[in-house]
This record gives sequence, C-alpha cells and structure tokens, in this order.
Amino acid sequence: MLLLTCPCCGVSAEETEFAPGGEAHLRRFGPGSSDREFESYMFQRKNPRGVHFERWRHAYGCGKWFLAARCTTTLEVFATYPAQTPEPSAELIAKIREKRPDWEGTQ
Amino acid sequence: MSENAISALPGAVSEGFVRVTEAGPCGMITLRGEMARLAFALAPLGLDIPGTRAVTQAGDKVLAWMSPDELLLMLPYDEAPGTARALQDALRGDFATIANVSDARAVFTLHGAHARDVLAKLCPVDFGMLAQGQIRRTRAGQVAAAIWVSGEDEMRVICFRSVAQYMFDLLTIAALPGSEPALYS
Repeated sequence: MLLLTCPCCGVSAEETEFAPGGEAHLRRFGPGSSDREFESYMFQRKNPRGVHFERWRHAYGCGKWFLAARCTTTLEVFATYPAQTPEPSAELIAKIREKRPDWEGTQ
Repeated sequence: MSENAISALPGAVSEGFVRVTEAGPCGMITLRGEMARLAFALAPLGLDIPGTRAVTQAGDKVLAWMSPDELLLMLPYDEAPGTARALQDALRGDFATIANVSDARAVFTLHGAHARDVLAKLCPVDFGMLAQGQIRRTRAGQVAAAIWVSGEDEMRVICFRSVAQYMFDLLTIAALPGSEPALYS
C-alpha cells in the first residue's frame, strides 16, 4: 500500500484517496522547439525501477496537486512537497542519495 | 429559493447498531478565496476562521475548513440565500467565490457510540484520530464525503445530493446489527 502525506492539508492517507498525475518536473517544449524536443516532452516518460518523482492530487480530500518522491519498488515515500516546486531540492536529493547510494540521479 | 424545498431523502431513517438519519434541508455556503479576505467577510457573523481541518461553531452556524483556500459555512437553510448575498457584497471586487450550495448536497447524521465503527468500514481513515471539532474529507465507498464529529456520539456526513441514496444505503448496510467491528469505543 502506498501511503502519501498531502503537504496542503497534512492528511496521511493511502493511495485510493489520491489521483496519480504522472511524472513530475517536466520541462515544457512548446512553439519554436524542435520536433525531437516536442516529441520527448509530449510522449517520453521515465519508467524507472526505483526513485521516481511524481505528481499526485488529493482528489477525495482538499483537491490540491502536490509532488512526491518515492521508490517504485518498495513504495517508500522520500518526501511530498508543494506543486510549485520547479525541481527537487538539494536537500531532498541528498536524502534520497543517502537511502539509495546507487541511484543514478534525476537525469 | 423555493418555499417548499425538500432535501435529498426526506425523513430517511435506518436503525442498526448506529442510527442513520437524513438531516433534512441544511444551508451550506461554500467560500473560496484567500483566507484573510474570507475572514474579513465572515467577521460580522462572529465565527472564528478554523485552523487546518478544523471546525468552528457559533450558535447555529458552523464553519469548516475544506482546503487551503476553501471554507464551508453551514447554517439554517432559510438563512443561506441572504447570508450568501451579504458575503458576496462584502467581497465585491475581491478574487473570491461565494456560492449557496444548500441544494447540491445531502447530509446524514450518525447517532450512537459506534458511529466511528460504521465509517471505518467505508473510509480509508483512522477515525480514532478524528476528534470533536475536526473535519475530514475523504471517500466513503466510491464517493466523496466530508465527515465531522458534531457532538458526543454524533457524526455528520456530507455528500453530493446526486449520490445521497448510495450514501444512505452504504451507511445502512455498514450499520447492520451483528456486523459491529468494534474498532473504537
């Protein structure tokens, strides 16, 4: 069971109270970008076995979007943080590195 | 407002190890916007702005925290249209939304010492943590619900009016005598 804590209302609940929103921290390529960039923005998603950054919405609760860093194999949640975060903080990355020394990083 | 407004399931009652009743017409106003501005508009009503997931009460009016930018004001049904208009006037020009949602919702009351046990069967929530004066938005079965402890051995469930029959059946079946999980109390 995946347990998430909503940073907006502070509720800890299991995943059926939330709605998944796919990969987080995507960089948008819009008008003026190359076809390759646009294709990657539009369709290419990470599907890692391990550390993953995701968007979630507290659909049955406060209704707010937030971001979560979790492990896809163990369902361990490293952190949940506000949706208005353009990239994972250095603090969070350090925390994940400590727990997953062989993690290849965000790239 | 209609003179002969009726609630979703007028007079619906079921007796199990918890008594489930439909609460009848309840006035509800949803307020959305910056909390500080909402507090300003609500000041004349004498209600304190509730903290995160809390409920405050003043006489027959109840104010519940719904999300970081949303409050729900519960009041007698007949007062809702007038109060909504007054709030709208107070917030004119502000980036805020006031809506009278009294007829869009259904409210059920659970009476009995085991009300938490009934809800524990339906919601992914530890109701041992839900104290009096707190509200929890979650799902009950397959629909959204807001649950708060309204008094000693009394809990209230708010859901959308369109799913009122589903919610009533759900609560009735969860409260069937002989099916007590006895998780709390």
